[in-house]
Amino acid sequence: MKVITIDKKDWASGLEKTKSAFQVFGPVKEKEWHSFKALGPGEQPDMAYNNTRLSPKFLVEPQTDPMFTYSLDEAKEGHHILKEVRKDIAPKAVVGIRPCDAAAFLLVKRNFDTPQYQDPYWLEAYNSMTFIGLACNAPCSTCFCTSAGGGPFNETGLDVLLVDVGDSFVAKSLTDKGDKWLSAGGWASATDASGKVEALKQAAETKITSNVRTDNLKTRPTTQLYDAPFWEDAAFSCINCGTCTYSCPTCWCFDIQDEVRGTSGIRMRNWDSCMFPMFTLHGSGHNPRSVKVQRVRQRFMHKLKYYVEKYDDGIQCVGCGRCIRLCPVNIDIRKVCNQMNDYDPAACVCPA
Amino acid sequence: MQNPYLPYPVRIDEIITETEDKNLKTFKFVFLNPADEEKFAYRAGQFAELSVTGKGEIPIGIASSPTEKGFVKFTVNRVGLVSTFLHSMKVGDIMGIRGPLGNSYPWDVLEGKNVVIIGGGFAFTTLRASIVYMLDPANRSKFKEINVIYGARTPGMLLYRDELAAWERRDDIKMHITVDGATDPDWKYNVGFVPTITEQKAPQADSDTYAIICGPPIMIKFTQPVLDKMGYAHDHIIMSLENRMKCGIGMCGRCNVGKEFVCKDGPVFTLAQLNTMPKEY
Repeated sequence: MKVITIDKKDWASGLEKTKSAFQVFGPVKEKEWHSFKALGPGEQPDMAYNNTRLSPKFLVEPQTDPMFTYSLDEAKEGHHILKEVRKDIAPKAVVGIRPCDAAAFLLVKRNFDTPQYQDPYWLEAYNSMTFIGLACNAPCSTCFCTSAGGGPFNETGLDVLLVDVGDSFVAKSLTDKGDKWLSAGGWASATDASGKVEALKQAAETKITSNVRTDNLKTRPTTQLYDAPFWEDAAFSCINCGTCTYSCPTCWCFDIQDEVRGTSGIRMRNWDSCMFPMFTLHGSGHNPRSVKVQRVRQRFMHKLKYYVEKYDDGIQCVGCGRCIRLCPVNIDIRKVCNQMNDYDPAACVCPA
Repeated sequence: MQNPYLPYPVRIDEIITETEDKNLKTFKFVFLNPADEEKFAYRAGQFAELSVTGKGEIPIGIASSPTEKGFVKFTVNRVGLVSTFLHSMKVGDIMGIRGPLGNSYPWDVLEGKNVVIIGGGFAFTTLRASIVYMLDPANRSKFKEINVIYGARTPGMLLYRDELAAWERRDDIKMHITVDGATDPDWKYNVGFVPTITEQKAPQADSDTYAIICGPPIMIKFTQPVLDKMGYAHDHIIMSLENRMKCGIGMCGRCNVGKEFVCKDGPVFTLAQLNTMPKEY
């Protein structure tokens, strides 16, 4: 694993060079928020950003993604037969992604890359990407990555980790993909900045003061947590807006819809949300999650219990804090997670 | 990479209106590419996504048996956007089927056992597949006694009436057909709800007897206590669930019951399994 120093005065020119081998995406400020955008010639990412409002999951799972096209014109060859929409699988570099968001892709990958089925749309997009992470020197008050399996300097899911050490970036290549990207930028000054990086890492980690407790989640019986008394309270203020699921880097649920104009149609998939009643509405009118407390419970149970039990490798949350910052009614996953983790019906003394 | 969302193109070969209310039709499909039939190798109890271009997909249990070759059959209740459009389609139209999906009834466990099939209403489709499968000359010896309790509101609401009559005449399957009520004076079978007929006709429980139940929630709700009373262990009661689905392969996230996806880990679960899961179905 090579570690090099990129002097900030060589950053922009090197990044321009990478654009001949990669389509480059990076954080760009639009109005008051940052988001990931494709960077054209001369466009630079804002490497002093905090984090994007929406997670970069849309780079791999677009909010609307065509899967198939077809013709309803019976005069045409192959009418009513679906044709696959081919994806752009040319190399892409996602520059400046935060470690939590890169790690999130690996949690989501378990859903789309299974022994039985592989989702070609998700996997081909993911595999075409090189993730150039940017360590967090100044985490937010809502960050809790260190207790969600990650950390502000976490390398999981990254190909390169950049650390801003002031007048330069220390770049640690973690994979062959990472090596290729650094070579494409023409940066090669070897360095030993490990002392400096370690000091920044420790300083960043101590800035993260909020945390979740997850040690009991796996062993708590599902039905016990499902029937716990705190769901009504947790869901009371929820307006089922779906902001939490849309901004979440680890929420992957989607809908499949057909859309026709004239005789040509597409079958596409769109982000969906467990917060919406239509998500589970049967054709008969029956709905297993018809009221909001059931839907709020589903979101937390999925992330903090079902996923934990299914994959036995932690919660389906990377601690990015977006759902906490953006929730219009201040629902806090940290509080709910700790309630679930600490719930013991035997010790529960109900006020009633 | 194989695309699990891509349906096999099929042609509608035959459409049969099954019930007197005309809300249930059986569609017989033939694969446009004969090689696809082999790829669609299935077991009774599995389902498929029926794909109608311009409308979408619906998850429907496979009503034909794997022992029936050259076609696949699905009986579809007219309910929503896709099923309503499907009911307006004609023989010769091109559409798609995607699958087979889900886990099927546990045929490895059922081999050498007595099988009691309990069905109600239009939830008899994969049960029909199971009966045809077990009665196939190559398979009948693999199973001991087969009992079938099947009920509908009226005689005209029973599915597959010609086949039911043919099975009634056989001596290697015990049929207990029932209706909630009949105005037809020639009705020669049972009258009564499925739970009642189950209590009267189903064999007593033992470790070699398995019940497969498929039907509307109200039927299941009242049949389960009857089976409990007769001593059926919960791991000997097999049920098939339905939930809203899109992908059918455990990815889109909506059909979960606890950590299990009805589409991929189900739709078939034992009651013992369901007892440990939230009741979100």
